Order: sequence, then C-alpha cells, then structure tokens
Amino acid sequence: MFETPTIAEFLAQSNLASTLPGTLLVLWTLILVLVDLFLPEERQRWTPILACIGLGISFAANLFVYSPAESEQIALYGMFVADAFTGFLNVVILVATLIAILMSWDYLNRADIHRGEYYVLALLSSAGAMFMVGANDLIIIFVALELLSIPLYILAAFRSIKNDGSDLALKSEESGMKYFILGAFSSAFLVFGSALVYGATGSTNIPEIFALAGGIAGTVSSAAFYLIIGAALLFVGLGFKVAVVPFHMWTPDVYEGAPTPVTAFMSVTAKIGGFAAMLRLLVTGMAALVIADGEPVAWQATVSLVAVLTLVLGNFVAISQRNLKRMLAYSSIAHAGYILVAVAATGTAGVADAATQSALVYMLAYMFTNLGAFAVVMSIEREDGSGGNIEDITGLARSRPLMAMAMTIFMLSLTGIPLTAGFLGKFMVFASAVQAGLFGLAIIGVLTSVVSAFYYMRVVVNMYLRDSSGDLQPALETSAVRWAINIALAGTMVFGVFYPLATNLVSSVSIT
Amino acid sequence: MDLTGLSLTTITLFIPMIGLAILLFMNGETQRDNIKWVAFGTSVVAFVASVLMWVNFDPSVAELQMVQRNTWAEVSLGESVINISYFVGVDGISLLLVLLTTFIMPIAILGSFGSQIFEERGREKLYYIFMMLLEWSMIGVFVIHDLIIFYVFWEVTLVPMYFLIGIWGAEERIYAAVKFFLYTMAGSILMLIAILYVGNKSGTFSTYSAAGDVGVIEMVHTYEGEGSYWDPVAGEEEDAGFLLSSVESFLFLGFLVAFAIKVPIFPFHSWLPDAHVQAPTAGSVILAGVLLKMGTYGIVRFNLTMFPEAAVAWAPTIAFLGVVGIIYGAWVSYAQDNVKKLVAYSSVSHLGFVVLGIFALNSQGLQGATLQMVNHGISTGGLFLIVGMLYERWHTKEMADYGGIWKMMPAFGAISLVISLSSMGLPGLNGFIGEFTILLGSLGSEYLGFAFTLFATLGVIMAAVYLLKMFQHVFMGEHRNPLSDETRYKLQWNEIAAFIPILIMIFWIGVQPIVFFNMLDMSVDSIVALFLP
Repeated sequence: MFETPTIAEFLAQSNLASTLPGTLLVLWTLILVLVDLFLPEERQRWTPILACIGLGISFAANLFVYSPAESEQIALYGMFVADAFTGFLNVVILVATLIAILMSWDYLNRADIHRGEYYVLALLSSAGAMFMVGANDLIIIFVALELLSIPLYILAAFRSIKNDGSDLALKSEESGMKYFILGAFSSAFLVFGSALVYGATGSTNIPEIFALAGGIAGTVSSAAFYLIIGAALLFVGLGFKVAVVPFHMWTPDVYEGAPTPVTAFMSVTAKIGGFAAMLRLLVTGMAALVIADGEPVAWQATVSLVAVLTLVLGNFVAISQRNLKRMLAYSSIAHAGYILVAVAATGTAGVADAATQSALVYMLAYMFTNLGAFAVVMSIEREDGSGGNIEDITGLARSRPLMAMAMTIFMLSLTGIPLTAGFLGKFMVFASAVQAGLFGLAIIGVLTSVVSAFYYMRVVVNMYLRDSSGDLQPALETSAVRWAINIALAGTMVFGVFYPLATNLVSSVSIT
Repeated sequence: MDLTGLSLTTITLFIPMIGLAILLFMNGETQRDNIKWVAFGTSVVAFVASVLMWVNFDPSVAELQMVQRNTWAEVSLGESVINISYFVGVDGISLLLVLLTTFIMPIAILGSFGSQIFEERGREKLYYIFMMLLEWSMIGVFVIHDLIIFYVFWEVTLVPMYFLIGIWGAEERIYAAVKFFLYTMAGSILMLIAILYVGNKSGTFSTYSAAGDVGVIEMVHTYEGEGSYWDPVAGEEEDAGFLLSSVESFLFLGFLVAFAIKVPIFPFHSWLPDAHVQAPTAGSVILAGVLLKMGTYGIVRFNLTMFPEAAVAWAPTIAFLGVVGIIYGAWVSYAQDNVKKLVAYSSVSHLGFVVLGIFALNSQGLQGATLQMVNHGISTGGLFLIVGMLYERWHTKEMADYGGIWKMMPAFGAISLVISLSSMGLPGLNGFIGEFTILLGSLGSEYLGFAFTLFATLGVIMAAVYLLKMFQHVFMGEHRNPLSDETRYKLQWNEIAAFIPILIMIFWIGVQPIVFFNMLDMSVDSIVALFLP
C-alpha cells in the first residue's frame, strides 16, 4: 500500500527547495490577497510595495537555489527541473514583473481603477511563467501555462471594472474576452497534443519522451504518427501563446485593448514562458525526431517556415500601423520570429546549446527594450487613453527630451543597432542560425530587420525631426513610471555595451 | 608588443568620448558659447593625439603598430567558443585615414560655428554631441581589427549622421535621412551574416594575428596553396583551400555590397545626392571627407585581404563599375544647376578613381587609391565648406543666382579656385598625385585592360569641365545678387581658420607626396603580395 510520507520526507524526496523561487512567490501572493483585504483605503499603495518585496524574496531564493551554478536539480519527482536555464529566465521574469508593477502603479491611479487584486494577479501570472520555464513534464507545462494565462485574461479586461461605458473600457473588455477564448482554444491544442504524445510514448516526462521517441520515430507505426501529430499540436498550442504566424490573429486587438502595463507585461512574460516550454519540448524532448543520422531534426523545416512567415508578416504589417500599441504588437510578433530563428537553429546537431543561449539573450534584451518602449508609450497617453498614435509623439524631443532619448534608444535596440542590447540578441541569434547552416533564414532575418528599421525610425523621426503643431502635452507620468523607464534603459544600454554580462550568464545553459 | 596595456590608438579613439561626456554635463542654454569650444577643443586634442601616433609610427614595419588587444566577450558558437576582442592597431593605411578623420573634424566643427541653422533649429548641444559620437565611431572603424566590433562601429556611424541630416538639414531632410539610414543599413546588414560565417568557419573574429592567436587573414593564406600565397596562374583548380570559391564569392559580395553602398560605387549611389544636398554643411563635409572613405577602406582592409581569390575574380567587374562611376558621376555633375548637387555627384566620380585604383591590385594602384581617399576628403570637404559659406550668405544653392563673387570676395574666390583646381587634378596640387598614381596603377595592372585607363582618363578631363563650369557660374561674370549687409562679404575668422589647414594640405601633398607614400609602402606591399604572380 502507498504509505503517506511525513512532511519532512516529502520535502526531501520532492526536493521542493529547488522550486522555491516560484513557490515562495505563490505563497507570498496568497498572503498578499489577505493583507490587501485588510489594508485601509489610505494605505492602498502598500500593496504594490509588498508585491515588489515578494519579487525581491523570490529573487533572493533564486540566487540561493542557483548560486552554486551546479548541474540541474530535479524536483517534484522529476516534473520540475531547476537548471541554469530556469535560473536565468526566472530573473528575466522577475525583472519584467518589477518593471510592469512600476508602470501599473502609475497607470491604475491615473485611470482610477486602483485595486490590490491587480498586483496579486500579476504576481500569480509571473509565478506561472516561472514554473513554466522549469517545467519538465507536459502536465506541469499545462498547469503552469494556465497559471500564467488565467490572471492575464483578467488583467487584460481590468480597465472595464470601472464600467463608464467609455471606449477604453469596452476595448479592454473585448481584449480580455478575445484573449480568453483564443487562449482556451490554444490550451485545448496543448492538452490534445500532450494526450497524443502520451499515447505514443507512454510518458509525460520530457526526458523520458526523448528516450522513448528515438525508438518510435524511425518506425512506420501508429505510435510514430501520433507522436508527430502530438508534437505538432503542442507546437501550435505554444505558438498561440507566443504569437507566431499563423497563430497571431489575436495579438493586435488584445495588445491594443488591454491596459498598457498589462500589454507590456504579457508581451514579455507570456512569450518567455511559451518559448521556454517550446525549447524544453523541442530540444530536450523531441531532439530524437531525426530522419537520418547527422541530419537536422524533423521539425526544423517547420519551425523555420513559421519563423519566416512570422518575420515577414510581423515586420511588414507593423509598417502600416498608426497606433503605437498596435505597432508594438506587430513588432512583438516579429520579435517572436527572431526567437523562432534560434529555436529552429537548435534543431541542428551540435548547435542546440548555442542556439538556446542565443534565444535566452534575445529574450533578456527584448524584455528590457520592449517594456521600456511600452513605458514610454504609456507615459504619453492622455487620461482618456487617447494620444497613443504615432502623430502624438511628434515633438517629444522638445517637450520631454530625456523621454525622447530613452525612446530613441529603445527603438534602436528593437531595430538591432549596435551598442544596444537588441544588437547583442540579434547577433547571437543570427550567429547560431549561421552555425546551424540556416543561411536563408539568417538572411531573411537581417533583411526584415531593415524593414523594421523603417517603422521604428518613423517614431524617431516624429520625435526629433518634426516639430509638434499643437500644444505640448503636460507630463502625466509619476516617478514610478520614470523608474520603470530608467531600469529598462539601463538594462538596454548595459547589456548592449558589456556583452560578457549577458553571455557569461547564459554560458552554462544546456538543456539537451 | 604589449597587447593589454593602453595603447596610443585607444587613447586617440576615446578622446571624442571624453568630449562627449563633458558635453553631456553642460547646460545647453546657459553655456551655449562654451559648448562649441569644448567640441572644437576635443577634436583638436584628438588630432594632436593622432599626430603623436604618426610620430610613433615606424613606416618600415608591415605589421600593425600601437596594438592593443583585450578579450571582450566569449561567444559559444556550436561546440567552439569564439572570442570577440577589442583589437585596435594601425598600419599605414589605417593611420592615414585616422589622420584624415581627426583633421576634418575640427574643420567641420569650425565651419559650423555661428551657423544660422542653430538660430532656426537650436539644439546646439545635441549637434556637438552627435559630432563627437560620429568622430568616435569613424576613428573606430579605421583602427578596429575585430570583425564584430568593426561592425558595431560601422553601424554606430549611421546614428549620429542620421540625426545630423534629419534635424539640421535642409527642407527635404527627413526623406534624405531615412533614405540614408535604410539604404546603408540594408547594405551593411548582409555583411553581418558574412562576418558570422567567417567567424564560424575560422573560429576567430580577429582579422590579424596577435599574441599567438591566428587571425582570419593568416588562416586564409595558410590554407591557400599550402602555406604559400594563392597562385593566380593555377587558378580555380587549386581550390581545396580555406573557402570554396563559390562561398568565397558570396562572402566577398556580402562585404562588398556594404562597402559599395557607402562608397558609393555606381549603381548604389542614389542615396548620396539626397543625403549631401540635405545635410548641413558640416554633415556634408564629414560625409564626403570621411564617411565615404569607410567604404573604400573596408574594401582594402577586408575584401582584398580575406578573399584574395574572389577579389581577383571580381576585379574587372568592380573596376568596370568604378569607371562607369567616374564617367557617369562627371556627366551628371555637369548637368546640375544646384551647386551642392554638383559637388555631390563629383564625389561619385572621384571615388570611382579610388575603386579603380584598389582593383588594379598592384602597389601603385593601391597607394594611389589610399592617397586619393585623403585627397578627396580634403578637396571635396573644402568644396562643401565653400558651398556652405555661400549658402549662409545667399540662401540659395542654384548656380544661376550667384555670379561675380570673386569680384566681391577676392580672397574667398582665390581659395575656391585653388580647391577646385585641386579637385580636378591640376599638377602640383594633391588631386593630381592621387589620380596620376591610380592611372599608372591601372595601366600596369595584370587584371585590368588598357580600356579601363583610357576611359578613366576621360574622367579627369570631365572633372575639369564641370568644376570650371561651377567656378565660372558662381565666381565669374556679373554679380547678380548683392547682399544687403555689406559686412557679410568679409570672411569670418572661423571661415578663414577652416580654410588654412585645407590649403596647407593641398600644397603639401601636391609637392611632397613622398612623405605620405612612405607611410603606405609596407602596408600596401603586404596586401599586394597576395596578388603578385
């Protein structure tokens, strides 16, 4: 009979300690829910502060768990893996959440929808992302994905809690609804894919799938068929989350309608979570899907094709956008394409580690840059939510020179101009693509970044080269959002100049 | 050779950065006068530092000098780890171009003192910050010998130039700035792929060998024909070397397109007239004086040394484009009514000579080409200064609106005549030396036929035609548009100060070119050795 272990035994066996960064964050969040209930009205600002402290605790736990830089620790009976990959992305997620909370504090007050639950949901979502990057089992991937997504659905619709019938509230509601329906849809793909893979291999554990898939893939059997279909469905499910073409349709509407800090937050954490799970699945789990020895894995061509579609569509459609949030939405689709280039490169034997590292560096760069760009967009929005169009940024260099400079650096970084983090990311990604022999993909990647220069530079043109005709807008932003911009700017500049900072952080990452 | 200590090259490279840092902490409103002096002072200090480099330079050595090499980052590519290193050093070619850069910068800054654009557009502080950033990145391009860091500097030059054109340019400035940015970025980004391929193949991004690490160039030469240099007689058959010749051709073109757009080699020149005409005076001076040379320098430094086989194969084609550029540029230049456009197209023509000299692939050709880069920088930089000073006074770029200026401004007319003559290659002045050596080189080239020299020589004559046309329309004849403010006929002190060094260099190079050729001898020989039969 199964013997119930004592708590001490359970802790030892499950190695719960290595999941502490995520677990502590969840615990802290649960406490925060209660604390927030009893906070008096005039002390509402304690909630974001407490949320930041929670992030700090999680960060400290992360340092504690990963500081020895030792090889991977398996936890939760093999369902969770704590390795350098998890540790690195945990930090990226925590910083992203911090910046998003700083932005939110400003935004919620301005929109007069300040509620403590907002921060609770944000923390839960980022805990979900943290579990996702360490997931070593299809079940954990699914559970973590839901933990990541469900709070995001609510957050996307958060503006509509003040139901004043305004356009903003309606759009936010629509955004949340759309995100929820399509998110649920993609979860269904993910579950179905997991079921098929389980049916083919008899396991949901990713390393076990790897061990078993090798024997199945080469054969002509129903198991091989289910495995391939299952892997494809898993890719589709995660493709929805990270918004790659052709699973991107929801992105522009959701990004435009959601409150700006939520858009910023989900454009980063959902992508990081999704790509982490995708890398684990494809690199750790499905690397055995080789057609012949020494050949790239079977899914490389598919991923490459999706990457090309994503790059071309994301960059070209972004050109025609007038609304900055929509432009950044399409640009985030394009950036998913660049990360997919790295994912495709992992398919070539011997390149998997380098390509994974390049994807991580890209995500780090993208996190700082994209959050910074959204923070600037948020601070130029007016109270009624208008003012997010490309014309509204005209003359910003005169009215707010520092913010214009920051935005310029973010735009240069998104373009991939050297001395910014974006260049380091692109350089690493293209280097691994070249290493993997994917020259066509690399060339399409660089050419589409020239296309992207067109719409990013248009922002700079409007800020610096044109003078505004109307009155200067009053600065609405508070110091919280200025801090958000400063952190993002520092990250973009420092990682863009001191390459070793980023490359050393990821140099021990290996998930093969 | 101390590889980790601070070298003079590093000091020269980072002087503009110090200036930039000082400028950042100054107040743009209250310290308006001091700002320009800080910028000017920094550029003069950088010039002094580069002259010190010249003093320390030993022309009898072919290797890089004043080298500093520190590992910057380790990047894992597949199983191997590749170092990106901060690797600076100069040979004769680099040094000459660093000198050109630091020489042009103070002149350009001096030329923009008290310009009306600051009254119209303001933001003087930002202007000088971009100037410093530009100087830093341009020096970087000429002294860096690590492909990735080279690419970094190469791309960074785009940003300040984009803003200089976009903020302080003429009416069509936004179109010109965006075109400049996108066009040059589109070219250079393919170079990134080629760089990554080379790095991946050779396991290093350093082009030259240093401190026991073998650089790309040495690697290429060791492989080609088992330790000996590539043998053009044996040709394609002896191809089991470092790169397949088809791959080598692709890489060669990957680099070449980036450089060809910057030069610009016909038919990649269409961004140039827009950028030049719209840019503020100092922007044009720097663009013509230094920025275009980055392209020709890149061809010499990377295309010839890393892909000698492809360089030989492509030499007639590129040299042909060079000759087409010479004639086309001159022809179009003659047709212009806009004086700034005329000078802009003359750049296409003059740089065609440089391209022809480079792809003659012999020492006269290469020496002449390198010296002509400097000559063109000085002469055309001077011409743009003249155009800028005319514009400050008459606010027009149409030649028909000028006339008889020599009568009103005799000193200015004389200076302009000398600079125009130098640009058209009058013997005794600098332009003649460069063009003559290039033509000598192309005549003696094994890879180019007689016709190349013949048609290029036509270009020399055509240069005289369009420059004399300009001079005649602007400076001779009736004075059509008298200035209301009589005092403006006098040259400002800063305008005179900007011309003096230009005139000195025009005569110095024209009379005593041996000083500069000596500097180039060994460096050019070591490159040309790749192509000796």
